[in-house]
Amino acid sequence: MTTNKTPYLIVGNSTAAMGGVAGIRSRDAERPITIVARETEHVYSRPLISYFLAGKVDEDGMFHRPADFYEKSGVRTMLGVEVTGIDTEARAVRTSEGELLEFEKLLIATGGHPLVPSDVSGRDADGVFTFTTWADARRIGDFIEAHDVRRAVVVGGGLIGLKSMEALAERGLDVTVVELASRMLSATFDQTASDIAQHHLAERGVEVRCGTTVSSISSGGGRVTGVALRDRSSVPCGLVIFAIGVVPDTSIVAGTEIATDRGILVDDTMQTNAPGIYAAGDVAQATKRLSGEKRALPIFPVAFRQGVVAGSHMAGGARPYEGGLAMNSVDVFGLPTISVGITSPEGDEHEVLSARDDAEPSYRKIVLRDNRIVGAIFIGRIDRAGIVTGLIREGVDIAGFKDLLLTDEFGLISLPTEYRKHVVSGMGIEV
Amino acid sequence: MKRIVIHEEFCIGCRLCEIHCLVQRSKSKKIIKAFRFEKDQIVPGVQVEQSGYVSFALQCRHCDEAPCIEACLSGAMYRDPETGAVLCDTDRCVGCWMCIMVCPVGAIQRGAEKRVASKCDLCMGEEVPACVANCPNEAIVFVDDNDDE
Amino acid sequence: MSQLRKWLVEPDFIVVRDPERCIQCQVCVRQCANDVHEYDSDEDVVLSDSSDCVGCHRCATLCPTNAVSIKRAELEFRPHGNWEAAVLRNLYRQAETGGVLLAGMGNDQPAPVYWDRLLLNASQVTNPSIDPLREPMELVTYLGRKPDMLEIEARGVSPRLTTTLAPQLELRVPVMFSAMSYGSISYHASIALARAAAAAGTFANSGEGGLHEGLREYGDHMIVQVASGRFGVDVDYLNVAAAVEIKIGQGAKPGIGGHLPGEKVDAGVSATRMIPEGTDALSPAPHHDIYSIEDLRQLVFAIKEATGYAKPVAVKIAAVHNISAIASGAVRAGADIVVIDGFRGGTGAAPMMIRNNVGLPIEFALAAVDSRLREEGIRNQASLVVAGGFRSSADVVKAIALGADAVYIATAALVAMGCHLCQKCYTGKCNWGIATQDPYLTKRLNPNIATRRLVNLLNAWAHEITEMMGGMGINAVESLRGNREHLRGVGLTDRELRILEIKAAGE
Repeated sequence: MTTNKTPYLIVGNSTAAMGGVAGIRSRDAERPITIVARETEHVYSRPLISYFLAGKVDEDGMFHRPADFYEKSGVRTMLGVEVTGIDTEARAVRTSEGELLEFEKLLIATGGHPLVPSDVSGRDADGVFTFTTWADARRIGDFIEAHDVRRAVVVGGGLIGLKSMEALAERGLDVTVVELASRMLSATFDQTASDIAQHHLAERGVEVRCGTTVSSISSGGGRVTGVALRDRSSVPCGLVIFAIGVVPDTSIVAGTEIATDRGILVDDTMQTNAPGIYAAGDVAQATKRLSGEKRALPIFPVAFRQGVVAGSHMAGGARPYEGGLAMNSVDVFGLPTISVGITSPEGDEHEVLSARDDAEPSYRKIVLRDNRIVGAIFIGRIDRAGIVTGLIREGVDIAGFKDLLLTDEFGLISLPTEYRKHVVSGMGIEV
Repeated sequence: MKRIVIHEEFCIGCRLCEIHCLVQRSKSKKIIKAFRFEKDQIVPGVQVEQSGYVSFALQCRHCDEAPCIEACLSGAMYRDPETGAVLCDTDRCVGCWMCIMVCPVGAIQRGAEKRVASKCDLCMGEEVPACVANCPNEAIVFVDDNDDE
Repeated sequence: MSQLRKWLVEPDFIVVRDPERCIQCQVCVRQCANDVHEYDSDEDVVLSDSSDCVGCHRCATLCPTNAVSIKRAELEFRPHGNWEAAVLRNLYRQAETGGVLLAGMGNDQPAPVYWDRLLLNASQVTNPSIDPLREPMELVTYLGRKPDMLEIEARGVSPRLTTTLAPQLELRVPVMFSAMSYGSISYHASIALARAAAAAGTFANSGEGGLHEGLREYGDHMIVQVASGRFGVDVDYLNVAAAVEIKIGQGAKPGIGGHLPGEKVDAGVSATRMIPEGTDALSPAPHHDIYSIEDLRQLVFAIKEATGYAKPVAVKIAAVHNISAIASGAVRAGADIVVIDGFRGGTGAAPMMIRNNVGLPIEFALAAVDSRLREEGIRNQASLVVAGGFRSSADVVKAIALGADAVYIATAALVAMGCHLCQKCYTGKCNWGIATQDPYLTKRLNPNIATRRLVNLLNAWAHEITEMMGGMGINAVESLRGNREHLRGVGLTDRELRILEIKAAGE
């Protein structure tokens, strides 16, 4: 059973897919786009699921596009439909309902799926969750309500773990975070930043256990009652959330010639090795701006931008992908933090500038390589951090104003006049 | 679209732009009342940067490809179709500060009262933005970028 | 900074701040170059120390709530007809400093302004007035030597002029911007004057500071000055301009040369004047190669040679006692234009005693020179341009009626750009960005705005001149020129009436 060939087919309905729509429409306002996605909801913001769980954002606040978005953008949606495979010869995808959808151009934006450790016994008990979808948020919220859960354990002290912990604490639960590495947020923070974050959490009564992880989950009557940690200690709880990571969901390309590594490999037009088939977002493995290597970079604005590039190329555009930059803005229990690029440099080639004030608290760190900024951390004083992000992205030589970087007066005025002009793209500051 | 253009060579660092932006954002819209009672609850949309005799006013550039719109988790940042301005729906804003992280000119600030993003909105509804109208030296002008040089 | 306080010197002005209106925004603090205002963060209040206030009004003008006002110092002296307050202040200052009192701008003493004692005619009944909005009014003025005789070849339908005319400057309005040197005024002010002159179809005089690179493109509307210091004078300088003016003297300080304090000699001024940065630029009193009228003639013709006889050469003299003889000599020395600068003329810096006590009112100088040149039958050989405190279009009309071909304005132009006549130009701290080189201050004079204001001024005056002319029943400025019948004097003595050669009101 086939349907008419669609000019643009997008598998996925989240951030990268929205980028794809924007990219396509920037060049082709007419031809129809079809979106097929497993999740049933109108496009929502995945990072907000923890806000939803916390009760900070309501149903309407979750949606990332207005209700009439698809109609206005000429997008036909098939939601709640799973794509099981791709026939690259026939240039069609197979759906779980047995349909064969033919396409001229395809964008794979299937995102990632959460990791669950295979060696933890008892993980099938009720009350053990992963936390990557809105449905997860609803389920967890319902579970907490239904069983009056008071204590929870979050496995994983990274960004998702942190946000999960916050949401649960917001709902009045006692939360313990268990992190395998010696410090939390080890992927994005350096030691100092982790220390400050951990100290800040401890002051607010959140327990963080580092250097260990869950070895088994105990249950009673089919429901979670506690976890045992590798160090032999145990923590009683009524809820466990696994937040140890997300891997690209590449299952859709199994059996095809489309090359993958951890994610689906794409070039700088976001095209896979199969012509006319593109990938973007958490599922894709594209060029990282600073290292030039191809890595999966599951970050919201990166996913969107990749989608835009893919969409634009699908519609005949030529502007190449500029490379992804690791960046995160996350609030640690009221303490704003921003990290960009390489925050824990290795090797001798890096120079580090930093300023710290534990009273505020405030921590600012700039990582340099060849007089160019390659990484930065801002804790507390995050104002105007974007200027540094811009300097990282553009690879600007900062030798002329290195000593101004951490001062309170640092701003566009510290930058060379020509670069200043460039930053505001002509219309703006005229010098 | 009509945009604000800055002339660094004419800025005298008087900061009247900041003052009048604050008044524009106040409830009373009267300068003496606004400064006496509302000053601490308002973040002006324009900030003057100064070093020696070089100075200029800086507000949101309302970029054509706005990084803040792309990075906004909640969809609070959007483009007004009529004026082309980039606006923040503070009811949707969750204060994640992604916008602050990506804005290359550092034009977005944290709100004073509510935990939301605060930035220039081109004085929506006014014919001429307050900073433009009150700059004594025409260092801030409002031009239509369709009138091409 | 510790400096011995000058105890006898009291503030000239008082800053009055309305606490109900002051919002502590600190605009005044930032804008005062004399650091009069200060913000006290402990008390959250702006305080003003009036001792250094020069009365420039910058703070009052920019204050967003009109909370600040400037008043004359309230410290009252017992009234005295001879020892007036201003006199006492000068004595105190000299006692403390031992220096020559310097002043900026023109003579501020209450000598009579004779323009206010001249009244214009208007037409009624016999000679109907003309409506300038309905009929063409000719303001175009030509400055330069006019021929003694016109020879016309009558050939068929269209006659042809065979006389060769000397080079002329064509002005769309009989008002030009007088000499203000780059150095005494900022680059922004200089460029605004040049642009406005170009836009309004008239001319701006570079003054004795040379011609900055950036002004060369306006050369067609510039008159460059060769003064006793010869600053910036080279052959390109002479050739890029529309005319060259030899400055023998200026109304503000007849008999002495120009003075630019070192504080105002920055890199740009240094390069343009070709003198070291930070050094005082002192022009000698005489041109050291002009010691007789024959020497003047030699210089006039040297310049004409250097410029290929293609441009008018002007000679500028200060109005002094034997002005008629000097003017006549200048004309016979070959000057195409003679500029007379009266005692109200402005300056960036001059000794106060000379500024206030030397020279003559331009009204008399003009009348005397015009009459003398006519008597000698050489009035056509040079155009007469007058300067020195012209305040309005009415002053211009009266001057033309007295015999001037055109009028130079300087103070009025500066006021149009924002000057408040605080008379402290010589300090280099002009808060309006006009008489300074301090980059923080010069930014305040946006050349675009300044140009616009100057053009507005000229347009307004041109319109007013046509209104007055129309009222007199005249439609061409040529008919007004030297037409003293259109003037009557009030409050003038017999002698004065005779020197001016005008009738008294009622006659």
